[in-house]
Amino acid sequence: MNRRIAYIASNTFREAVRDRVLYNLIAFALLLSGAAILVGQISIEIEKLVVINLGLTAVSLFGVVIAIFIGIGLVSKEIEKRTLYTVLSRPVRRWEFIVGKFLGLAGTLVVNTFFMAIGVFLALFYVSHKFVKADALILIALYFIILEFLIVCSLSLLFSSFSSPLLSAVFAFSLFVVGSFAEDLRNFAGMAHGISRWLATAAAYLVPNLSAFNVISSIAHEQPVAGQLILHNTLYALFYATMALSGAVLIFEHRDLK
Amino acid sequence: MPAIEILGLEKTYSVGFWRKRPKRALFPLQLTVEDGEIFGFLGPNGAGKTTTLKLLMGLVYPTSGSARILGQDWNEPAVKAQIGFLPEQPYFYDYLTAHELLEYYGQLSGVPAKQRSHRVNEVLHQVGLPDVKGLQLRKFSKGMLQRVGIAQAILHDPKVVFFDEPMSGLDPMGRHEVRDLMDELKYQGKTVFFSTHILSDAETLCDRVAIIHKGELRGVGAVEDLTSSVQGKIEVIWQGTQIPAAMKALGAECHVSGDRVRAIVDEKQQDAAIDALRRERQQLVSITPVRTTLESYFVEKLRRAETTAGKTV
Ligand SMILES: Nc1ncnc2c1ncn2[C@@H]1O[C@H](COP(=O)(O)OP(=O)(O)O)[C@@H](O)[C@H]1O
Ligand SMILES: [Mg+2]
Repeated sequence: MNRRIAYIASNTFREAVRDRVLYNLIAFALLLSGAAILVGQISIEIEKLVVINLGLTAVSLFGVVIAIFIGIGLVSKEIEKRTLYTVLSRPVRRWEFIVGKFLGLAGTLVVNTFFMAIGVFLALFYVSHKFVKADALILIALYFIILEFLIVCSLSLLFSSFSSPLLSAVFAFSLFVVGSFAEDLRNFAGMAHGISRWLATAAAYLVPNLSAFNVISSIAHEQPVAGQLILHNTLYALFYATMALSGAVLIFEHRDLK
Repeated sequence: MPAIEILGLEKTYSVGFWRKRPKRALFPLQLTVEDGEIFGFLGPNGAGKTTTLKLLMGLVYPTSGSARILGQDWNEPAVKAQIGFLPEQPYFYDYLTAHELLEYYGQLSGVPAKQRSHRVNEVLHQVGLPDVKGLQLRKFSKGMLQRVGIAQAILHDPKVVFFDEPMSGLDPMGRHEVRDLMDELKYQGKTVFFSTHILSDAETLCDRVAIIHKGELRGVGAVEDLTSSVQGKIEVIWQGTQIPAAMKALGAECHVSGDRVRAIVDEKQQDAAIDALRRERQQLVSITPVRTTLESYFVEKLRRAETTAGKTV
């Protein structure tokens, strides 16, 4: 990889750590241990179900919130505070800056998710006292969650390249919510008629199809994940994030810094 | 080869939220800075100095025109590796220490890993911040940030440096140190282009200056040429309080202050003035040619601009 991109990414990671982003792990740990203790009275099967469902949903939501709130400030904050002046007057191209920032945030989320994953497995061990082969499915769910973060990060970055931080947060969060119900939107588009059919179809394909990334409840019931879905989700996430990032680069390349 | 060639750079911003209006910040600017010069870019607040520097750094895009730095297109990454930039009122990542910041900037500018930490210590020493290890930039005063700003601009040993108001935020001692540092850079063979609205900063330091006002270039030249545009006058000072009639007859403007008289006369009448004083047995103190200061040149230029602008309206 281009060395300057790696330097920018690692500085972004350092910023997130020093801004105490990883402190969210404390809240996560409290939530999870609370849940594990509370459900500790019921049958093992239900306990496992609760820990996996609740744990993975929390991993996803915590991460999405971080992805949005850091993502919208990644570039706009640097423009606002003028820290960019002394970066872009060096041999750094604007697209390298954007990509570096994106990868830095993605790296932060991967590390954060790694610690959360340890928490989930610990809680699982606490309630069931052993691991079974099906528990490895959790890793696939975590992988999908990380792919989802890539999409949300790139969208936050895209929105913040042309609108205010507040609006960007609103846009990004709405897209995340709508995207989580993309399957339903597609079904609706299939049933609708006339103009609304066109609009719904266009919307259904424009919003990120995040429902395909949510396998939490199926793996909680130990249903296997098709290899084809893994491949499809990987390609889809990379394609979507690349598109959103390209849009952000295109806008950023042409704008004047304040 | 000139260090900097500005070829008709022009910038019109659009301002206003609802109804966008164009705002001309810089009229097409033509300017050449020679290799090894200290060049002062002078003008009052709002003249367009920062806009020019931001255009040259590729931070804003010109409405038209282009520039060449060290003979190459100004946006080439190869050029960027050889220039340094101090922004106006610089601000940096405040969660880093000065060492970390400079280490990072050294990476981005391609300073080899082996030399980096040595170089960081060297420049911090050079700008008078030898012991700030462990202190995050959020705890730095304005003057200290200005020094960090200068450090990051010279870190990678650039051939051309651009400073936007380098003395602002510094105490008199600090200003003096920055002046010495610019002299040192020139001595090392570098080209220094800096903007200022404080003329005395430029007067002693610059080989040449340009004067800009309301986005338009008003004059360029060597400081000596601009300041020695003596209007052919000399200043004569003598002991006493009397003004000989012969002196008045020469059309001298005389002022008595304390026990001395100061008179301004035409250069051509130097001999006649001395004779007049001798005849009256006045004791001569000094004769010096009147040099306009850069300040009065500047004021003169701006005033003229104002009146011509008034006429065209
Ligand atoms: N981003 C901007 N948008 C609109 N107008 C601007 C912008 N930046 C500068 N200006 C205007 O351009 C003119 C020149 O500003 P500037 O280059 O900062 O002057 P100086 O550095 O000489 O004080 C000023 O009238 C200023 O208001
Ligand atoms: Mg300025």
